[in-house]
Amino acid sequence: MAETKLHDDLLNNVDEGILGEITKLDELKKGAFNIRKNGKGIERAVTENVNIVTKTDKPGIDIYVKENTKFDIVHIPVIITQSGLTDVVYNDFYIGKNAKVYIVAGCGIHNDHHKDSRHDGIHRFFLEEGANVTYVEKHYGEGEGTGKKILNPVTEVYLKKGSHMEMESVQIKGVDSTIRETKGVLEEDANFVVTEKIMTHGEQFAKTIFNVELNGSNSSAHVTSRSVAQGNSKQYFISKIYGNAKCFSHSECDAIIQDNAIVTATPEVTANHVDANLIHEAAIGKIAGEQITKLMTLGLTEEQAEQEIINGFLR
Amino acid sequence: MLELKNICFTRDNKKILDNINLKIDNNKLIVITGPNGSGKSTLVKMIMGIEKPDSGEIIFEGKDITNLEINERAKLGISFAFQQPVRFKGITVYDLLKIAAGKHITKKEACDALSQVGLCAKEYVDREVSSSLSGGELKRIEIASVVLREAKLTIFDEPEAGIDLWSFNNLIEVFENLIKTVKGTTVIISHQERILNIADEIILMKRGKIEKIGSSEEILEKTIKENIRCCKKLKEGEK
Repeated sequence: MAETKLHDDLLNNVDEGILGEITKLDELKKGAFNIRKNGKGIERAVTENVNIVTKTDKPGIDIYVKENTKFDIVHIPVIITQSGLTDVVYNDFYIGKNAKVYIVAGCGIHNDHHKDSRHDGIHRFFLEEGANVTYVEKHYGEGEGTGKKILNPVTEVYLKKGSHMEMESVQIKGVDSTIRETKGVLEEDANFVVTEKIMTHGEQFAKTIFNVELNGSNSSAHVTSRSVAQGNSKQYFISKIYGNAKCFSHSECDAIIQDNAIVTATPEVTANHVDANLIHEAAIGKIAGEQITKLMTLGLTEEQAEQEIINGFLR
Repeated sequence: MLELKNICFTRDNKKILDNINLKIDNNKLIVITGPNGSGKSTLVKMIMGIEKPDSGEIIFEGKDITNLEINERAKLGISFAFQQPVRFKGITVYDLLKIAAGKHITKKEACDALSQVGLCAKEYVDREVSSSLSGGELKRIEIASVVLREAKLTIFDEPEAGIDLWSFNNLIEVFENLIKTVKGTTVIISHQERILNIADEIILMKRGKIEKIGSSEEILEKTIKENIRCCKKLKEGEK
C-alpha cells in the first residue's frame, strides 16, 4: 500500500472527533483512502487494486477499482472545520467487471462561527458488468456557532448488466440544511438497494430526491427511507421510479413526526412497460402510543421509551 | 400481595368495572375467566397502570400504587404480557429482551429465554420485532420478554388469543412449563380448560363484576350447570 502526504495540514483532535463520527477510525487506513480537509486532499493511500487520481479539470478525485478485485475497502472522508467555506467536490468511481468493493464516504462539518459552511459532494459510480459495490455515506455536523452546516450530496449510479449496488446514507445529527439527490440507471439484471436514514431537529431542513430508471429486463430496485423529524424541522421526500422494462421496484418512506415538525412524502411510480411491477409504501405518523406503553411496562420512562424507539428506527 | 379496593371504571356510560374488590396472595396462580366484555382485560390493565380507575385503590405489597405510572409499577415488580404484542421497526428481539431484563444480558442468555418459549433462538435473536414476524412468533417473544423480568407479579392477558389451531397445543405446553418456572404470583386471563385446570384459584367475571372465586372444579361445574340451564330455557322457548 502506498501512502502519500498531500498537504502539511495535519489532523488535530477536532478533526479526528468528526472523522470518528463519519467513519470507523481503526478501519480507515486499512485499505485505500483519501482524506480531504477544508477543500484540499491531505492524505491518501492506494492499493494494488484501487487507484486514486486527482482530477485536473475540477476539484475531486477519480477512483479506479480493477476488474475481478475480490474485496477491497475504500474510504474517502471529507471534513470541514473552516467556517464560511463552500467546498464542492466531484468524485467519480470506476468499478471494473466483477469487482467487489466496500466504499465509505461522508462529510463532517465543525462550525464554531457565524458563517455558513457547505459541502456539496457530487459522486458518480460507473459499475461494469457483475460489479458489486456497498457504499456507505454518513453526514454529521457539530459546533456552537450560528453559521449553518449545509450538505448537498448528489449521487449518480450507472449499473451495467448483472451489477449490484447497495447504498446506505445516514444523516443523524447537526446538519442544518440538506438537499440530497440520488439517481440510478439500471441495465439488465442489475440491482440497486438504497437505504436512507435522516433525523432533523430544531429549524433544520432536509429534502431527498430519488430518481431511478429501470431500463433493463429483470432489473430491480429497493428504496427505503426512514426518518425522524423533531422540533420545527421540515422534511421532503420525493421519489420517482420509472419501470421501462420487465422489472421490479419497491420504495418505502417511513417517517416519525414529533413536536411541530412537517414531513411531506411524494412518491411517484411510472410503469412504461406491461411487465413493470412497482410498489410504493409511505407512512408518516407519531410514535405509536402502544409502543411507548409496552416499553414502560419493561421499566423505561416515557422519554427513555421514545429514545429507544427512535434509536431502533434509525439504526 | 395485591389488593383492589372498590375499583370502578365507566366509559361511554357503560360500567366496565363495577366496584371490584379482590385480594391476591403471594405465589399463587390465578386465572381470570368470563365472557367477552366482562371487564377482564380492563381489570389487569388497572393493575399494570395502563388504565387508571375512576375511583378505588390498588395496593401492592402494602403500598398504594393507584397513582403510580406504568414504569414505576414495573420497577416495583409488576410485569405484563400484552394480548396483542406490539411491533417495533428496527428494534431487534435481542434489544427487546435486553430492555426487558433491565440489565445487560448476553446473546446466549437471550437465546435461552427464546428456547424456553419454543423458538429456535439463533433464527430469531437478531430479527426485528416488526411485521416480518408472525402473530405466533410475536406472542412467544412477548412471553419471553415478560418471563425475563423475574417480576413478583406477572400478568398474561389472554396468551392463547390470536394463535392458530396448529400452534395452539404447542403454545399451551410451553405455557404450562413456564408457569412452573415463573417465580412469584401469576395472573392469567384465559378461557382454556388446560390453563384453568392448573390454577390455584379462578376468578369468574361477568358484566364488570366478580361473579365467583373458586377452584377450577367449582367454576367449571357452575359454568356447565348454567349452560345446561340456558340450553333448557332455549328449548322451552322453542316450544
